Amino acid sequence: MPQRLVVVGASLAGLRTVEAARRQGFAGEVVLVGAEEHLPYDRPPLSKAFLDAEDAPVEPWFRTADHLTGELGVELLLGSAATGLDATRRVVEVGATEVPYDALVVATGAAARTLPGSEGLAGVHALRTLDDARAIRSALDAGARTVVVGAGFIGSEVAAGARRRGLPVTVLEALGVPLTRSVGPEVGLACAELHRSSGTDLRCGVSVASLRSRDGRVTGVELADGTVLDADLVVVGIGASPSTGWLAGSGVTLHERDGGIVCDARLATSVPGVYAAGDVAHWPNPLFDDQLMRLEHWTSAAEHGAAAALHALDPAADRPVATVPYFWSDWYGHRLQFVGVPQADELRVVGEELGEDRFLALYRRGDRIVGAFTIDRPTQVMKYRRLIAERAPFQAALDLAHRNAASVPAPTPAAV
Amino acid sequence: MSTVRLVIDHDKCTGLGLCEAEAPDLFEVQDDGSLLLLVDGAEAARHAACQSAVGSCPTEALRLVQD
Repeated sequence: MPQRLVVVGASLAGLRTVEAARRQGFAGEVVLVGAEEHLPYDRPPLSKAFLDAEDAPVEPWFRTADHLTGELGVELLLGSAATGLDATRRVVEVGATEVPYDALVVATGAAARTLPGSEGLAGVHALRTLDDARAIRSALDAGARTVVVGAGFIGSEVAAGARRRGLPVTVLEALGVPLTRSVGPEVGLACAELHRSSGTDLRCGVSVASLRSRDGRVTGVELADGTVLDADLVVVGIGASPSTGWLAGSGVTLHERDGGIVCDARLATSVPGVYAAGDVAHWPNPLFDDQLMRLEHWTSAAEHGAAAALHALDPAADRPVATVPYFWSDWYGHRLQFVGVPQADELRVVGEELGEDRFLALYRRGDRIVGAFTIDRPTQVMKYRRLIAERAPFQAALDLAHRNAASVPAPTPAAV
Repeated sequence: MSTVRLVIDHDKCTGLGLCEAEAPDLFEVQDDGSLLLLVDGAEAARHAACQSAVGSCPTEALRLVQD
């Protein structure tokens, strides 16, 4: 039985790991290591309400320092990133400090990708951390002309935030249709329409040639065709990469494609005593034919934390992480929700077939329903999620859509 | 004897539906995004799934309170 649990990564997955450890009665030492100075905080609001033009944004802290150190008895090591792992001696290196462990959970998450040439340039930000969000918020406060690079979910939420303040915003997307890889082209088209109908200048099939700057501050974005867009704020939303550089040479197997940590269904890594949780972890999901997945979703980070604590502290436990992925995004007063997986044999835009205004797409793999994407259907989405969890036939989901169409009142337009 | 009751903070709830996923007999997000408790608060608190629903809420809008 481990006596000392070390959790590297102090965001949602790491927090849930230490909370679950105490909830399951672990009385040994618990150390939480975090790269940022901040206490654990909630990320989804950072690209949503946090950007609104109100007096002061709600601070997104999950717990107070007193709660973490006092009530939960967690030793906090914040403001210092782990730099190495010596799995033979069971030590995490945090700069010059050695942190010994019996059981280790790696929850270091992912870091936003950056644009080449943007290093050190004022006015260019990703939106991943609280510090990023504060910088973007103050730029919006100053009335920034905003260019968002990448029409993904987070970049799109920032665009919506700028529009809520009435600011001009342009979104640049390399693909012909946004979100094609994550949810499919038909869904991407519906999302693109939300941008256009809300006054955002969405430009697809374009690439950034360079950033223009003066005195170390960004002034514009130059596209490959020579067009220059003036900008005071450039938000880069081109994805994130697992933060695993510090594990090089440790023996922990990393995924050849993205460097994420390869785990089994119990979140155990290739190294005994080392587990992974959250954005950093690839794991085979039994609900989807053991498809290896790595998700950057709030819900999977929360679920992983609890599962990693269970398995790290009780190696005899065997509760595979079987979950239907779920994420949501808020754009221009619309709620976008996705449940399941997008890898499918067929994507049916069912809302349109039924003559409904609100978007609904269902994803079929074989004869099974494996995914559903909805816009402004909050009462329906969890019903589809249940069908997916039950491995229900596709027809059952179509039947549900038809029943809903018969019973749902005409939609009221959402406020922007 | 004191009873435990489930309480929804409707200001915090944004209708994400994780509670409905955990306990569909207790919670249902409505068409307008608001959350409806399908039984009364004390009855809800007696269900095993209620605790996991409370723990699953991304906005921490659900609480169990002692009367």
